[in-house]
Amino acid sequence: MIFVTVGTQLPFPRLLDAMNDLAPDLSQPVIAQCGQREPRWTNIECHDTLTPDAFKTFTNTAALMVSHAGIGSILTAKSLGLPLIILPRRHEFGEHRNDHQLATARYVQSLQGVHVAWTADELGLLLAAGNLEPATNTPGPSHQTLVHRLRGFIETGE
Amino acid sequence: MKSKRVLAIASGGGHWQQLMLMRDAFDDCDTLYLTTLPGLADQFQATPSRLIPDCNRSAKLAILRCALSLLRIILSQRPDVIISTGALPGVIALAIGKTFGARTIWVDSVANAEEMSMSGKLARRFADLWMSQWEDVAADCGAEFSGAVL
Repeated sequence: MIFVTVGTQLPFPRLLDAMNDLAPDLSQPVIAQCGQREPRWTNIECHDTLTPDAFKTFTNTAALMVSHAGIGSILTAKSLGLPLIILPRRHEFGEHRNDHQLATARYVQSLQGVHVAWTADELGLLLAAGNLEPATNTPGPSHQTLVHRLRGFIETGE
Repeated sequence: MKSKRVLAIASGGGHWQQLMLMRDAFDDCDTLYLTTLPGLADQFQATPSRLIPDCNRSAKLAILRCALSLLRIILSQRPDVIISTGALPGVIALAIGKTFGARTIWVDSVANAEEMSMSGKLARRFADLWMSQWEDVAADCGAEFSGAVL
């Protein structure tokens, strides 16, 4: 199963339109957390919102995750070792208040198992390619530095 | 040494996930977790935990409800340290906590790759340790950078 999520804040019809168009040619069913569902999305299973438990069930059974460039989605894929494709929201399409998801995507594209589709067409190419490398949850050096700094502050107040 | 009392607060979603990725820094302290989404803390085995009402800048009444809830918790818990990754409820917790003598930490969400979040900007005056997870953002606004959860 391919699990699609657009996050809890804003709609993202460009991603869902693309997945709906691609779904008939995919070998797996597509389940989506889609915010506000549109009647035209007939090829995918849409849920406007998901409880944390339902979200967990879907992400645990998914073979692949497709999402906006939301940190929550990236961290979920990392924690579960799922391959992740992200399509960044674009300010020019009214998908977010600014283009910070482009900056996020540029940074995380170097992470193992995070695959960036810069356009909806690239999303199709990545899905067609298959066998995408999964993400990993091993904390990198930057993560360890942060935890060490916080621990030091909590212990000493400085 | 007596274990530090820590209040760790984050709204549901990415803010919470990031807080969970930092919990090695305070999980062995006397930590109370606060979040806005029912079931979320249990899902991460973050105990003990309390649910607080969510709020954002556009709903004044919700802000008041959230602040009262946080005031009650902070007065009964008397944390030594309050840490938040956002969003607005975290700012309010830092503001109240600082009034009552807590040391306060703001770690801005790693989602804010271009500038400090609006919540983060609000949090600046209440945070003893004010951090961005992006080196460039930190340099631009005078925050500290010491790594990131990614």
